[in-house]
Amino acid sequence: MEMFSESILNRKNKRTQTLFRTLFMLMTLLLILPVLIILGTLIYKGGSIISVDFLFTDPIKGMTAGGIFPALFGTVWLVAVALMVSVPLGVAAAIYLSEYAPNNWFTRAINLAIINLAGVPSIVHALFGVGAFVIFFGFGTSILSASLTLAIMTLPVVIVATKESLQAVPEAFREACWNMGATRWQTIRRVVLPNAVSGILTGVILEVSRTTGETAPIMFTGAAFFLPFLPQSVFDQTMAMSLHLFVVSTQVPGVPNALPYGVALVLIAMVLLMNSISIAFRMHLRGKKKW
Amino acid sequence: MIQSQPTAATQAMASHIDPETATSDLAIRTQKLDLWYGTFQALSQIDLNIKNGIITSMIGPSGCGKSTFLRSVNRINERLGYVRIKGTIEVFDKDIYDQDVELVQLRKQIGMVFQRPNPLPASIRDNILYGHRLHYSGKRLSRTEQDSIVEDALRQVLLWDKVKDKLNKRATGLSLEEQQKLCIARLLPVQPQILLMDEPCSALDPKGTAAVEELIWELRGKYTILIVTHNMAQARRASEECIFMLMGKVVEHTPTDQLFVTPRHKETADYIEGRYG
Repeated sequence: MEMFSESILNRKNKRTQTLFRTLFMLMTLLLILPVLIILGTLIYKGGSIISVDFLFTDPIKGMTAGGIFPALFGTVWLVAVALMVSVPLGVAAAIYLSEYAPNNWFTRAINLAIINLAGVPSIVHALFGVGAFVIFFGFGTSILSASLTLAIMTLPVVIVATKESLQAVPEAFREACWNMGATRWQTIRRVVLPNAVSGILTGVILEVSRTTGETAPIMFTGAAFFLPFLPQSVFDQTMAMSLHLFVVSTQVPGVPNALPYGVALVLIAMVLLMNSISIAFRMHLRGKKKW
Repeated sequence: MIQSQPTAATQAMASHIDPETATSDLAIRTQKLDLWYGTFQALSQIDLNIKNGIITSMIGPSGCGKSTFLRSVNRINERLGYVRIKGTIEVFDKDIYDQDVELVQLRKQIGMVFQRPNPLPASIRDNILYGHRLHYSGKRLSRTEQDSIVEDALRQVLLWDKVKDKLNKRATGLSLEEQQKLCIARLLPVQPQILLMDEPCSALDPKGTAAVEELIWELRGKYTILIVTHNMAQARRASEECIFMLMGKVVEHTPTDQLFVTPRHKETADYIEGRYG
């Protein structure tokens, strides 16, 4: 018998090994299958309707024809205002939690609250938005109310992403600064933030893509069924892509088949575009930093 | 309380110490220093007088408290919330745990070098200027003034000739030995009195170790240097006085030659002969 030749046990182990590797690979492929099917269906059924006119004209004939410009414009508004609120708030909170907060029950309670905030269903956020912003603060159903609701809903994403990227900055950098007599803020501003910015931006862009698709939180707080004009200020109502998709798919009779698919395709393209920008950006910044 | 009268200690701190004219010939003096991490006592009854302007090394087996001692002198230990201290630590006759001690000023006077070189992820130039920028409140320096600060610091650590053509390159791209020298150089523009070194060569190869030791010896007299090391040969080569610690206590503090040739205590003799540690 050869010393190094294959034994029966070896053969059996190899077979099991192959079996499991194939199994895990199939599971992974299964994951991307829905994405491909969704994209394929949308392009197949809605691709024909996409044109410059579709993107930049108003809907006509009771939303059964024409374009989607007011909805597209409204979504950009909603997301921009939501970002203006949630990014400064979220980043500041994350800096406090990661760099300043002592490790005591209070900090732990705040962290727990953030996790729970992330788990609140979006329809509950919507009702909170109605109660707080529309009625109590008297903003009415407006872009402001809808964006504030979106901001609160996505705040945990910003906080968690920022906290993680701050904590990824090696402790040795902070020690180096403190030992030279830098204050915490000097350390954060000169060393921690510049090295964490790629992660923070990634979190922000991910938040954008999530905000773009949300429907429930804006339904009662600021998004309109149909508006024949564009919003003039944050106190106006607006149309939005996600709600428009819901409306043309279920609420309006006589809509041509391709229209809802077209709206969905534009919506998903916006989200994917945001995600790709996020990934490209992260790769760019990662390539630049070395430690 | 802010004292209006400058004390001897603050005067001493205000200018660079000249060993000849110094108001105190002791840089660091501790009395009955006890330190606990939670319930574990890491230092007990430490009475040390560390002389100004010389190199003092601290040796002893792992966990004997030498790094802990070092980290108490610039109060970096207290960042861990569970550290408790009793007794006093005086730096140039000033109790550093007094109410009127400003931590930022203390750390400006006492620079620290770590086991692993920790340059900031910025250019070599910015690394050197970082400390200076932190503590300098005057008018913005001209480019030439900044350049001379950088050159002076790098010359002091014997690094200038190697890096003068790549000052804008990232410091993290240097070799470990060069990084460690840079970490020492970066402390110098704010003119510290004391340099604490926590096993500064333990991440370096023998050649790098020799180079950094040479540098430490070069800095002798200009700064008070307290160096913790595992390497007894290093303590012997690169220090003038040596402290041997064991289980959180100081066993012996004598001139280095004497400690290695005629140790007074049996524990010291056992340690330097390699019977434990």
